[in-house]
Amino acid sequence: MPLKRTVGAISTVLLISSVAACGGDDAGGGAENSAFEENLDSRGPITYVQGKDNSGVAQPLVDKWNAEHPDEQVTLKEQTDEADQQHDDLVRNFDAQNEDYDVVSVDVIWTAEFAAKGYLQPLEGDLAINTDGLLAPTVEQGAYGGKQYTSPYASDGGMLYYRTDLVKEPPTTWDEMMEMCSIAKKENIGCYAGQFQKYEGMTVNASEAINGAGGSIVGEDGKTPTVDSPEAAEGLGNLVEAYENGNIPKEAITYTEEEGRIKFEEGKLLFLRNWPYVYGLAATEASSKVKGKFDVAPLPGTDGVGASALGGHNVGISAYSDNKATAIDFVNFILEEEQQRFLLTKGSLAPALESLYTDEALVKEFPYLPVLLESIQNAVPRPISPFYPAVTKAIQDNAYAAMKGETDVETALSDMSDAIGSASSSQ
Amino acid sequence: MSTETTDAIASTEETPPAEPERASIDPHQTRRAWLLIAPTLVTLAVVIGYPVVRAIWMSFQSDETIDPQTGLFVEGGFAGLENYAHWILQQCGGQACPPGTNAASFWDTVFITLGFTVVTVAIELVLGFWFAIIMNGTFRGRGLVRAAVLIPWAIPTAVTAKLWYFIFAFDGIANSLMGTSIVWFSDKWAARAAIVISDVWKTTPFMALLILAGLQLIGQDVHEAAKVDGASAWQRFWHITLPLVKPAVVVALLFRTLDVLRIFDLPYIMTGGGAGDGNDTTTLSILVVNEIRSGFNSAAALSTLTFLLIFAVAFVFIKVLGADLSQDVKER
Repeated sequence: MPLKRTVGAISTVLLISSVAACGGDDAGGGAENSAFEENLDSRGPITYVQGKDNSGVAQPLVDKWNAEHPDEQVTLKEQTDEADQQHDDLVRNFDAQNEDYDVVSVDVIWTAEFAAKGYLQPLEGDLAINTDGLLAPTVEQGAYGGKQYTSPYASDGGMLYYRTDLVKEPPTTWDEMMEMCSIAKKENIGCYAGQFQKYEGMTVNASEAINGAGGSIVGEDGKTPTVDSPEAAEGLGNLVEAYENGNIPKEAITYTEEEGRIKFEEGKLLFLRNWPYVYGLAATEASSKVKGKFDVAPLPGTDGVGASALGGHNVGISAYSDNKATAIDFVNFILEEEQQRFLLTKGSLAPALESLYTDEALVKEFPYLPVLLESIQNAVPRPISPFYPAVTKAIQDNAYAAMKGETDVETALSDMSDAIGSASSSQ
Repeated sequence: MSTETTDAIASTEETPPAEPERASIDPHQTRRAWLLIAPTLVTLAVVIGYPVVRAIWMSFQSDETIDPQTGLFVEGGFAGLENYAHWILQQCGGQACPPGTNAASFWDTVFITLGFTVVTVAIELVLGFWFAIIMNGTFRGRGLVRAAVLIPWAIPTAVTAKLWYFIFAFDGIANSLMGTSIVWFSDKWAARAAIVISDVWKTTPFMALLILAGLQLIGQDVHEAAKVDGASAWQRFWHITLPLVKPAVVVALLFRTLDVLRIFDLPYIMTGGGAGDGNDTTTLSILVVNEIRSGFNSAAALSTLTFLLIFAVAFVFIKVLGADLSQDVKER
C-alpha cells in the first residue's frame, strides 16, 4: 500500500484501478451485489464520511446524535475539501469494501456512477428514507434507474443577484434583463455574469440557459441527447449574443463563483447568477460595497422564471456497511426539521425540507429563502449519468466554444448532442 | 554480509584497471554482483516495471460499459487495439469523435505539448546559459545572486502557478503595467504565452544551475592559456567554454525536455487546459487526467502513447546529441 504514494501520479491511478478490477471480480458485479442483502438489521457504531467540514456543522450534528444514541455512536471522518479527491477516496474505499465507510456524503453528480457500480445500498424496504415534506427535485436527484440511492443532505439553487439602487424591479425574463443592460452601460459597470470558465460552472450555466428557454439536455431516460433543438439553440444563443455584444463582460469568460462574487461586491456588476452563499457575504463582508443595495430574484427564463440547475450534497449508505439499520436512522435523523434548521442557521446550507423556506423566523434571518424555494422548485437537475464526467465535458466544451464564437450555436449543439451520445455508449 | 561487502568493494576497486581482461571475471563474483544489485532490481521492477506493464495490459481492455437491462456497469472485456484507435484515429464508436470528447483533441494536444516543449526549452537554454555565466564570474554579492536566482525554482509549482495566475488575471498586474486589457486565459496565444513565461520563470534556474556546474569544471588555466595565445573573449567562449560545458548542457536539455513533455501543474492550475476553443492549452498529462474519470483503460492507452512519445523523444535526443558528443571526443 505505501507504494501507491511513492509512484508517480499516473501509475498511482493505474495501481488503484488494478485494485478496482480485483474488487469488481470479488463482488461479482453490480446487480448481484450480495452485500445488498447483508447487515440490514444490524445496529452499532458507524462512520459518517464527508468532505472537510468548512462550515463546522457536521461535528455538532454528530455530537447531537451521539448524545441520544449511546450504543450507536457515529464517528465523523473528514476528507479533503477537494471534490475530485473526495470522489476518488470514496471509490478506493468502496472498492476495498471498507465496512467502516457507512454513511457517505455524495456530490449530486456522482450518484449515478456510484449506483451503477453497485457501491450504494438501494434505499428501499426497511432502508427507505422519509420523504415527507422534502422538496421533490432534491429527492429525484438521488434516484437512478427508478431506485432511490441517496437522500438529500442540503440542496442548492442558482439565484439572480441584482442591484436595488440601480434597478427597481428585477427582470422576470432574459430579454427584460438584456434591456436593463443600458443601465449598466450608463453606470460604466458590467451587466451580467455567471460562471463561464470551462469547468463544472459552465455546465451549470449552459444547462440553465438551455432549460430556461424550454430546451433540455437529455431525455426522460437520462441519456438520450435532446439538446439539438430550436429551444436549446435559443437558450445557448442568449448567452452567445450577450457575450458578443458585451452585456456579459469579456473577462467573465474566466469567472468561477468567486470572481463573479468579488466583482459584484465591488459594485462592478449589475446582475450576477450565483448560489445562495453569496448573499451573506455580500451583505456583511467589510469589503462589500453593495451592502443594503442588492437583492435576489429567481433566474430569468425566456418567458418567466428560469430553470436553475441543482447543487448540494446527498448522503448514501455503503453497500458494505456492517450496521445498515443504524445508518438509515442517521440518514433520516439528518432529514428531521431540527437538523435541517441547524444546517441552515449555522452552515447556511439550503434545507431539503420545504416548510423551512416559509418559516417566519428563518426568512427574517435569511431573506433570500422564498426566492431560493422558487428556484429549487423550478430546478432541472443536471443529467444523471454514470458517465457524468464525459457528459459534462460534452456540455462545457461546446458551450464554451460557442460563447467564444469559435463555433456557431447550431454546430455547437449538434456536437454537444453527438458527444453526449458517444459518452453514454462508452466509446 | 560483511565479507560480501568487502569483496564487492575489492572487486570494484580492481575492475577499472582490469578492463581489457573483463572476460576472465570470476563467475562467483558475477553471481555476487547480481545478488548485490537484486534489491535494486526488485524495487525497480515493482515501482517502475509493474505499473508500466500493467498500464499496457489495461490499454488492451475495454472500459466498463452499462448493461442496458440493469443500468449497472459490466466488465468491458478484451479490446484489442480499439483504445489506441480511439485516440490515434479519433474514433468514437465507429464515427469521428465529436468536439467535446477527450479524443477529439488528441492530436491538437500532442502538438500543443510539443510546442510548449520546443519554445520553453529554447528560451530556458539561452537564459540559463546567460545566468550561469553571470553566476560563474567573481563579483561582490555573488552568493546573494546565486541564492536569488534559485528562489523561483524552490517555490512549489502549484504556488508558482497561482502566483502567475493572479499576475495574468484580467485586473492583475500584467495588464495594469502594460496598460492593456487582455483576457489572458481566454485568448489562445495569450494563454500559451502566460504558461510559457511562468514555466521559463520557474525552471530557468534549474537549467542555469546545471550549466553552472559544468562551467565550474572548466579550469581557469585553459582560459589563461588561450588568452596568452591571443584568443578573443568570443573565441574563448566558442572554442573553449562551449565544447567543455556541452555534456552538462545536454543533460540539462534532456531533463527539461522530458519535464515539459509531461507538464501538468502549471497549465492545469492557470487555465485548466482551457482558452481558445476550450482545449488550447491542454497538454498530454492533462488529457490523461481528464480521461481517467471517464475510463481507466482508455486512459491507460493514452498514458502508454504519452510514454512512447516521451521515450521516442528521449531516444532521439540521446542518439543525436550522444553521437555529437563522441565526435567531439574523436576530434580532440
